[in-house]
Amino acid sequence: MTGLLRGEWTKFRTVRGWVLGMALAVLITVLLGVFTASGSHSSCSGPEGDVCPALPVGPEGLAVNDRFSFAHQPLAGDGSVTARVASLTGIITYPPPDHDKIVPGVVPWAKAGIMIKESVRPGSAYAAMMLTGGHGARMQHNYEHDVAGSREARWLRLTRSGDTITGAESADGTHWTTVSTVRLTGLQKNALMGLFVASPCDLTVTQGDLGGTIGKCRLTQATAVFDHVSLAGNPWTYDDLGGHTGAPALSQGTFRESGGTFTMSGSGDVGPYGIEGGQIVERTLSGAYTGLIVVIVVAVMFITAEYRRGLIRTTLLASPRRGRVLVAKSLVIGVVTFVVGLIAAVIAVPLCSRILRANGNQLLPVSTSTELRVVAGTAALLAVAAVLALAIGALIRRSAVAVITAIAVIVVPHVLTTASVLPAELSQWLLRVTPAAAFAIQQSIPEYSQVEGHYVPQMGYYPLAPWAGFAVLCAYALLALGLAVLLLRRRDA
Amino acid sequence: MEANIEVSGLRKRFGPVLALDGMTFTVTPGHVTGFVGPNGAGKSTTMRVILGLDAADEGRALIGGQPYRTLRRPLSQVGTLLDAAALQPSRTGRNHLLWLAHSQGLTAGRVDAVVELVGLGSAARRKAGGYSLGMRQRLGVAAALLGDPPVLMLDEPFNGLDPEGIVWMRGFLRSLAAEGRAVLVSSHLMSELQDTAGHVVVVGRGRVVADASVAELIAAASGDRVRLRTTARPEAMTVLADAGATVAVTDRDTLTVAGLAAERVVALLTTHGVPFSEVAGHRATLEEAYMELTRDAVEFRADGAR
Repeated sequence: MTGLLRGEWTKFRTVRGWVLGMALAVLITVLLGVFTASGSHSSCSGPEGDVCPALPVGPEGLAVNDRFSFAHQPLAGDGSVTARVASLTGIITYPPPDHDKIVPGVVPWAKAGIMIKESVRPGSAYAAMMLTGGHGARMQHNYEHDVAGSREARWLRLTRSGDTITGAESADGTHWTTVSTVRLTGLQKNALMGLFVASPCDLTVTQGDLGGTIGKCRLTQATAVFDHVSLAGNPWTYDDLGGHTGAPALSQGTFRESGGTFTMSGSGDVGPYGIEGGQIVERTLSGAYTGLIVVIVVAVMFITAEYRRGLIRTTLLASPRRGRVLVAKSLVIGVVTFVVGLIAAVIAVPLCSRILRANGNQLLPVSTSTELRVVAGTAALLAVAAVLALAIGALIRRSAVAVITAIAVIVVPHVLTTASVLPAELSQWLLRVTPAAAFAIQQSIPEYSQVEGHYVPQMGYYPLAPWAGFAVLCAYALLALGLAVLLLRRRDA
Repeated sequence: MEANIEVSGLRKRFGPVLALDGMTFTVTPGHVTGFVGPNGAGKSTTMRVILGLDAADEGRALIGGQPYRTLRRPLSQVGTLLDAAALQPSRTGRNHLLWLAHSQGLTAGRVDAVVELVGLGSAARRKAGGYSLGMRQRLGVAAALLGDPPVLMLDEPFNGLDPEGIVWMRGFLRSLAAEGRAVLVSSHLMSELQDTAGHVVVVGRGRVVADASVAELIAAASGDRVRLRTTARPEAMTVLADAGATVAVTDRDTLTVAGLAAERVVALLTTHGVPFSEVAGHRATLEEAYMELTRDAVEFRADGAR
């Protein structure tokens, strides 16, 4: 097998066109990324001129929303707060069907409840028990984490013990159930404890002109009435966190106390930030789709050129065990493409990120492991796609037909689904069942169930989890390769 | 490994065409074995079955007692030239040999040695797409010799060679056989093998028509015929035909006489006063022997074509 591998590697590197093709794939991937990044400008008109304010970054390194109404008191050390949410009402601006009125209503993820938060600094650690507009009681912490409680609860309690926070709920104020216990690592001794209200924008999705969908999010406000608040006697500090003067009146929160009853209104959200809020790291690799086409052509030619010239017989004479020939070819083209993809990604990601930032774009931060997954995953995606293309070439044996077939099954579904020309359901279905599902491995910002979002492929959200999508491509590659081996064994050469 | 090729009872059908119909022969070391037959007689198919490229419906083909597909590092056991045009045009001749060498665990040194051996010289570093047919044949022979194998199989190696190349190829094949290798060379032209092959396997319609040494074949084809040179052709034909001989006109002043011994011919002509300048026992060429043997096969094909 080592001889066979060495032979196939020599075969690959001694055809200048193939080597140049792979170099071209790197060049295209990087250059297209640079063009895209250079064309993306972003500016804001705000108090700091046309520089956009930095997005808050949560304790886990992700960009977060930290915009809500917060009435709080200092909490020194351990302690507990209890409150009842007597009512949760709200206002939704210009909802469907006509988008012409401001109506009363509460969006499903409007939140009202109690919170322990490290400080009023945007992005600081927190844990909260809340009632929501449509998803019952929840315990959430540090923006990303969400645990469901019951739908009947009205009473909420948070207890701090060191850096452990326990959230509990009750329907009647006497029988309590723990929803979750979470840890806020490194939570300082002097934290804030209080009441909060948030109301994320109202997402409406409409049909686009070309078949895709357009999502629009309109301002909402929620108003909660709290009573039976355990900290009632102490002085309160009110903050409209993340708000700024000059914003629409409805987006600005209010806080009123009257005889142990607190009425608070607020807008915004406290939770993870979605793709729509900034530039994502995978956008620096948008050239990889075109690079992939070049890789497919080279991978297909690596086998069909042998059929065209009758060289396949020489190959089979040198290595009569036919299955191994295809396996060796796959390994060579796979490893070569992986290295090529890795070089392209390692250049494109930092380079294009710099250009994006220089153009005033907010690049959504991701964890190192996510960035590694995007970079290595892109290389792996190209590699496995090359193996699939090679297997298709071995099955079809004719260069042009095989190249077209490979592009049609790998690249075309991705273009169609992300270009906003297909209905969202069809796009999602295609990205589950075609090899293009593998592009999910590039998705750096996940879909959050606790955030209403326009989670469609055109926005950069894939229906399958990153590795699951990649596994779909791997399955196709294995299947095609298995079939090709079977046929090569059976047919006369 | 024993240097021989054994083919027994090969049958293969391509749709309605029976390409191989009980093909059986053995190739032994030490001399060049010609594998001859008209186009379509099954030579290439037989070679491809021996090499494991095509599967036979029946029968078996062994090289040194083993099926080709089970050979480890097969190029060190069997050297093959099937289709000299089977090259990636953008790869140099040397690199073509290099990947073959690497696939067998051989080194670049061996590549340079065979390039030298076949006289490819500096052309080896040029792209194979620009090679003449003769250069491709030389490259193909170099590839066959890469693993220094005891068995060689060459399909139509004379195709496209210029006269100088043909002379070179003949000498080269003879010397390879003289080193103790089993060398099987196919051709559709017996004349190409005239001074090369020591043994000939003649095939037609997918089976062996004759399997003999060259000397035996020529003797059989020569028969008891007499070649007669005379200026009085009509008279000579009358006299000899009356005596019971079969007379054929070979050219303007020669006749081929069958059925009478040379002494009888001389006596008859002298008696009847027919002048002649030469009477000789006829010795057939390998080509004539071959034509005789394959006539049936060719005729059958012509019938079939109608």
